[in-house]
Amino acid sequence: MPPPLLQMSGIEKRFPGVHALKGVNLTLQKGEVLALMGENGAGKSTLMKVLGGAHLPDQGTIQLEGENVTIESPVKARALGVSMIYQEFNLIPALSAIENVFLGQEITQNGLIRHGEEKDQTLALLSQLGMDFDPELPCRQLTIAQQQSIEIARALSLNSKILVLDEPSAVLTLHEVEKLFEIIHKLKQQGLGLIYIGHRLDEIFRIADRTQVMRDGACIADKDLADCTRQSLIEMMVGRELKNEFPLKSPSIGKTKLKIRNMTRGKAVQNISLKVRSGEILGLAGLVGAGRTELARLIFGADPRDAGEIQLDGKTLSVCSPREAIAAGIGLLTEDRKLQGLVLSHSVKDNFGLPNLNRFAPAGFVKTSIERREFQDYVTTMRVKISNENQKANQLSGGNQQKLVIAKWLARHCEVLIFDEPTRGIDVGAKYEIYQLMNDLAAKGKAIIMISSELPEILGMADRILVMHEGRITGEIEDVTSATQEEIMHFAVA
Amino acid sequence: MPKSKKQHLTHLLTEYGMILVLILLGIFFSLVTLTEQRPSGKKAGLQIASIVKKRFDKDAHILIASRNLAIDKNFYDALSGSLTSAGFKHLHSVQGTPRDARAKLIELENQKIKLQVILGNQTTADWLVFEDIKLNFPQLGAPTRIGPSPYKWPNFLKKDNLLNITNQIAVIAIIAVGMTVVIICGGIDLSVGSLIAFSAVLCCLFIQNTAGGLDANAGGMILACIAAIIITGLVGSFTGSMITAFSIPPFIVTLGVMMMASGTAYLMSGGESVYRVPDSFVWLGREASLFGIPNAVFLMMLLYSIAHIMMSRTQLGRYIYAVGGNAEAARLAGVPVKWIQLFAYTLSGLLAGLGGVVMASQLKSGAPTYGQMYELYVIAAVVVGGTSLSGGEGKIFGTLIGAFIIAVIQNGMNLMNIESYTQKVILGMVILIAVLLDKLKQKKFQTS
Repeated sequence: MPPPLLQMSGIEKRFPGVHALKGVNLTLQKGEVLALMGENGAGKSTLMKVLGGAHLPDQGTIQLEGENVTIESPVKARALGVSMIYQEFNLIPALSAIENVFLGQEITQNGLIRHGEEKDQTLALLSQLGMDFDPELPCRQLTIAQQQSIEIARALSLNSKILVLDEPSAVLTLHEVEKLFEIIHKLKQQGLGLIYIGHRLDEIFRIADRTQVMRDGACIADKDLADCTRQSLIEMMVGRELKNEFPLKSPSIGKTKLKIRNMTRGKAVQNISLKVRSGEILGLAGLVGAGRTELARLIFGADPRDAGEIQLDGKTLSVCSPREAIAAGIGLLTEDRKLQGLVLSHSVKDNFGLPNLNRFAPAGFVKTSIERREFQDYVTTMRVKISNENQKANQLSGGNQQKLVIAKWLARHCEVLIFDEPTRGIDVGAKYEIYQLMNDLAAKGKAIIMISSELPEILGMADRILVMHEGRITGEIEDVTSATQEEIMHFAVA
Repeated sequence: MPKSKKQHLTHLLTEYGMILVLILLGIFFSLVTLTEQRPSGKKAGLQIASIVKKRFDKDAHILIASRNLAIDKNFYDALSGSLTSAGFKHLHSVQGTPRDARAKLIELENQKIKLQVILGNQTTADWLVFEDIKLNFPQLGAPTRIGPSPYKWPNFLKKDNLLNITNQIAVIAIIAVGMTVVIICGGIDLSVGSLIAFSAVLCCLFIQNTAGGLDANAGGMILACIAAIIITGLVGSFTGSMITAFSIPPFIVTLGVMMMASGTAYLMSGGESVYRVPDSFVWLGREASLFGIPNAVFLMMLLYSIAHIMMSRTQLGRYIYAVGGNAEAARLAGVPVKWIQLFAYTLSGLLAGLGGVVMASQLKSGAPTYGQMYELYVIAAVVVGGTSLSGGEGKIFGTLIGAFIIAVIQNGMNLMNIESYTQKVILGMVILIAVLLDKLKQKKFQTS
């Protein structure tokens, strides 16, 4: 029997504070489609980054067709025949399909590009994929599916043997997905090995031959799809039991605080209505890209909405900007702390003060004594570890950054707080403290919306759960204590 | 973890580097321009008086020679005043030319006076007529000649020169306040150079055509200046609203406004200098009314103080830093990002308008050629002063230091008689070094 096309064995990868890959094995045969599955953060993308040359593994070997290789850069990966196609395309919008396909490997003679030959080859590659469009048009004028086919054509022009597709269907319409599957089928017949990362179970069952499920940085199952059922796949993905990760609480839920009606923005958020009561933690579950963050940003006024109404304590708000939302008493703790939550190059104290300057600077002049006192109070009670108040925010650990973000919003005394992935990238100890803070807030009668992709977290923290899928609410779970992760997953993959 | 020596050095270089550079430049130019100086005016008078008091009797006949100049008048007043009050009785004096001095000597000879000492300042003490006194006027005896004694002092450090530096940098420094705010806010304003010309022409046209031309009174001139400043400020608002409303990159918008403002200045003035303004118009640019500090310099210091307080102590200042540091995070924290940006460009416009008025006052006219390339000097001052072009970081007083570094280099090179082409090359190198320091700072930020 010939050696497998790809054999990754015992891959270990550690980042500061995270053990991302714990001795992962992966095999891929010629002409096979392998579905790599797992929850967000299970280690799929890290593993693929190791394969693609973006990360060097700490330990472990990679064999291509039986030969040991070291993939130390994306360039090396491509040279070895490994191509990655991400959700975000790596195309230059102003260049044509031809120019993009041959970018960095132009066909030249005496220093001049042989355009005709490049065009012929591009057309051949595209027809091989069953695509038919003018390759001279700038990419930005093409549809998403056409752009995707350019990426694939580029991979083929490099004589790739392995193609990694990271959630390729997420950006496509139903019709385009069919087209993509045809392409995948053709590639398979040509003897390429494909690794398909995806969440949509229906699609996985249609195109993949085998699946490998990852959880917490380890590979926990490697099965032929013929031996799997929908149910067994979900169980494998979720897999773990709820331990005592979450603080106990006794919610006292009051009247409706925040009411959202018919909130809509394009396809990301479609006609969503919900309400949160005071003292309640509402969990928003769903897969990445389900529209949860987009919904939160609409409520907060960070993006303009096409339609929809926001009511706080029975009064309709005309929120059109974060400034107005904050003034009305709504706070948003963004998913991306570094880019949206903090001004990293500024001091921790200034970051804390930013949304609160209205209070700290009543006449325009910042009263540093008040600011400093409150800052010290919050930092002490929340146990944010800082060396001094002038320390730059980028020097804090993830957990402390998150606590700092929470502190600045607590000081603002918001009535409604939206936590978007509040514990992403945070170690277990700090997670518990953040849960405790959320419970305390709820106990004080605040209304809380918690967006989380970690199912145990949603089940452990929320008093009620809404599940979103492709911009819509697909399920509501009133009785959280008896709910299961499988139940949420069913709604989330719709 | 204790800091290593290297880290300490880096810290020193980045935090205090620019003051250090300024001091080093000062020392350097002081050393190379060290020349023999003689005191003049009042200082010379007092110096000579003290020598005379020590060496001569109160009965001695003394001749003081001076010219008909203001500075000699000060010399004479100080010297004769000091000697009279010390009890010297026989003071003679001559004010004018060597010819007058000869007449005076003849007169004294006729009076049979034995002259013991002749006092003069650095010019009059060397008059030829006093050289051959023993031959030509033997009756007068053999008077000692005393002039101010020379001493070593750098030309660079002379009070006049230092005031000159501050006066010359005033326009750039004033505009650099606005530029600092814009750059900290994450933008750039290329239009300020043209706005100088725009504002100067506008101001002089208002005085010439509306406030009464050569007979304009102070009130009319002040109104004309304010009007020019406000209109230039409105141009800044226009720039700001183009940038915020349509999300056009600031570089492009201000480039367009730069050309438009320059062209408008030429159109309004017909391409010529507007100069029919009263003499008193130079009050702001050339005169000094408070403790001998030139008015323009005083205005500059005032603006820097206000801007420093605004940037470090007010809510507005914090918001400006936040917008430049991370506009999205600032917006999500409730900062009215667009209003802050609009404010920054309006402020920059207002201060460019003020700079134009100061320049018009210094030159007593308004011409569309004013302020060419000034935007680059202003940006250079801001960058040399340690403000990061990527926004969110910088200090107002850093900019003042940056402006001074540029002015000191130019002035020092003038004193050393380096011609202007070489000056440009050196100035460019200094700016590059400053940006290099900025990079060092960012590296520190990333690695820590």
